[in-house]
Amino acid sequence: MQTDWLYIGIMLVVAPTFAILALIIPRILAPHKPSKLKSETYECGIQTVGDTWVQFKAQYYNFALIFLIFDVEIVFLFPWAIAYRQLPLFGVIEGILFILILVAGLIYAWKKGLLEWS
Amino acid sequence: MSDPVNFVANWLKTVFTNWGVSPTWTTIIISIIGVVVLAGVALVIDIFLVWVERKVVARFQDRLGPNRLGPFGLFQPIADVIKLLLKEDITPDKADKFLFNLAPVLALGMAIALWAVVPLAPTVIGSDLNVGVLYIVAIGSISTLGIIIAGWASNNKFALVGAFRMVAQMISYEIPMVISLLIPVILAGSMGINSIVKSQPVWYIVLAPVAALIFLISSQAELGRAPFDISEAESEIVAGFHIEYTGMKFGLFYAGELLHALTIGGFFSCFFLGGWRGWGAETYPILGIVYFFIKAFFMYWVIMWIKYTFPRIRIDQMLNLNWKFLTPLALAALIMTALLDKIFQNASSVVYIIVMLGGNLVLLYIAYLVTGIYARVERKKVASPEDNRVNFPIKSGANIVETQSSERVQA
Repeated sequence: MQTDWLYIGIMLVVAPTFAILALIIPRILAPHKPSKLKSETYECGIQTVGDTWVQFKAQYYNFALIFLIFDVEIVFLFPWAIAYRQLPLFGVIEGILFILILVAGLIYAWKKGLLEWS
Repeated sequence: MSDPVNFVANWLKTVFTNWGVSPTWTTIIISIIGVVVLAGVALVIDIFLVWVERKVVARFQDRLGPNRLGPFGLFQPIADVIKLLLKEDITPDKADKFLFNLAPVLALGMAIALWAVVPLAPTVIGSDLNVGVLYIVAIGSISTLGIIIAGWASNNKFALVGAFRMVAQMISYEIPMVISLLIPVILAGSMGINSIVKSQPVWYIVLAPVAALIFLISSQAELGRAPFDISEAESEIVAGFHIEYTGMKFGLFYAGELLHALTIGGFFSCFFLGGWRGWGAETYPILGIVYFFIKAFFMYWVIMWIKYTFPRIRIDQMLNLNWKFLTPLALAALIMTALLDKIFQNASSVVYIIVMLGGNLVLLYIAYLVTGIYARVERKKVASPEDNRVNFPIKSGANIVETQSSERVQA
C-alpha cells in the first residue's frame, strides 16, 4: 500500500522533471536574440488593443454550478459502486433512488432553461 | 524468462540486499528506477506517435505522409525533435512568466504520470492503486488544466477565449466520463485498474457497450481533439491556447496531446477491451504487454479516425450534446446495469451476457428514438417564422453551418 503511493509520489516528481528537461535543453542549444517586436503579443499582425485580463462574462457559469453539484454527488456514488457486490437488492434500489434524485435535479435545471446557451 | 521486468526487479533487489542496503532504501531505489524507465519508455513511444499520427492522417487524406527520412520516414520525428530543440524560445513580454512555463510542463508531465497506474501485464504495473479510477480522472484533468493555464498566462485574447472554451468543455465532459467509469467499477467491484482487467473474462464492451461509447466520446472531449477542438479552432481563434508558444514549449503541448490520446486508448482497452488479457497472458506476462499495446494502439487509431472524420462542433452544440444527451444516457445506463446485474447475477453466464447486451442495445435504441423526436421538435421551432432568431428567411434544416476542420499537422 505504502509502496504504491511511494511510486505515485516519485512519478509525480519525475514526470514533470522530464518535461522541464525538455525546456532547459533549448536554453543551452537554441539561439536567444530577443527584440521588442518579437516578444509582443501576437494577435493578428497589428498592435493589440486593450487589456486581456479584464472581467469576462463566462456564459456557461450555470453549467459550472450544475457541474459542481453533479461532481460531488458522483463521488458519493463510488463507495456504493465498490460495495455493490455485497449489497442486497434493497441497497441497490436505495442507490438508484439517490441517482433518481440527481436526475430530478437535472430535469429541474433543464425545465428552468439553465441548459440553454444564451 | 517469461517475465523479464520482474526478473530484473528481483535481481536488482538481491544485488542491493547483498550490498547491505536496508530494505526501505531498496524499495525506494527500485521504485525510482521503475519510474524513470516507465517515463522514458512513454516518452520514446511519444516521439514515435508523431510519426504514427502524421502517417495515419496522411492515409486518411489520401496522401503518403513522411517518407523521406529513413525507412517509411521513421526518422522524421527525431528530426522534428532536433528542430524543435534548436528553435528560439520566445516568451511574450506581457505574459505571466511562471504560469506560461508551467503550463506545457503540466500538459506533458501529467500525461506521463497517468502511465503509473496502467497495467501493462498481469505483473507489470507501476502501482496497483486501489483508487486507480479516481487517479485517472484527477490526473487526466490536471493535464487539461495545463491548457487552461496556458490560455490565461499568454495574455492574448485568442488564447484566453480558447481557455474559456476549454473550461466549458472540461466541466461538461467530466460528468458523463466519471459516470461511465462507474459501470466497470460496479461490474468488477473494485476501483483498482488491474483488478478491473482481471475481472474481464468477458470484455466489458460486450456487457456495457453504452458506457464504452460514452467514455470514448467524453474522453475525446477531455483531450480537446476534433470534433471537440473548439479550444484551438484555427478558423476562429487562430490556434487558441498555444498561439504564443514557440519551439519546444509548443512541442510539449503537441507531445502531451498525443501521449494523452494513447493513454486514453490504453485506459479504454483496460476498462472495456480486457487490457492485457489474451491467450497465454497469465503464464507469459510479456505476451500481455503485446496484447495491451495492440489494443491501445487500435483505440488510438479509432480516436484518430474520429478526429479526421468529423467536422468541429460549436460550443452550444457541445454543451447540448453533453448535458441533454450523454449525461442522461450515462445515468440511465448506470441504473440499468445496477438493476440487471443484481437480478441476473445468479443466472448462467450465457443468459447474463445476453441480458446485459440486450439491455444496452434496447437503451441505445430508445436513446436514438428520443433524440430523433427531440431533433424534429427543435427543427420545427427553428423553421417557424415567429421563433426564428435569424432575420432572413431560411429553409428548415438550412441553418446548420459547420466549419470543416482543416488542421495543419505540425510537428
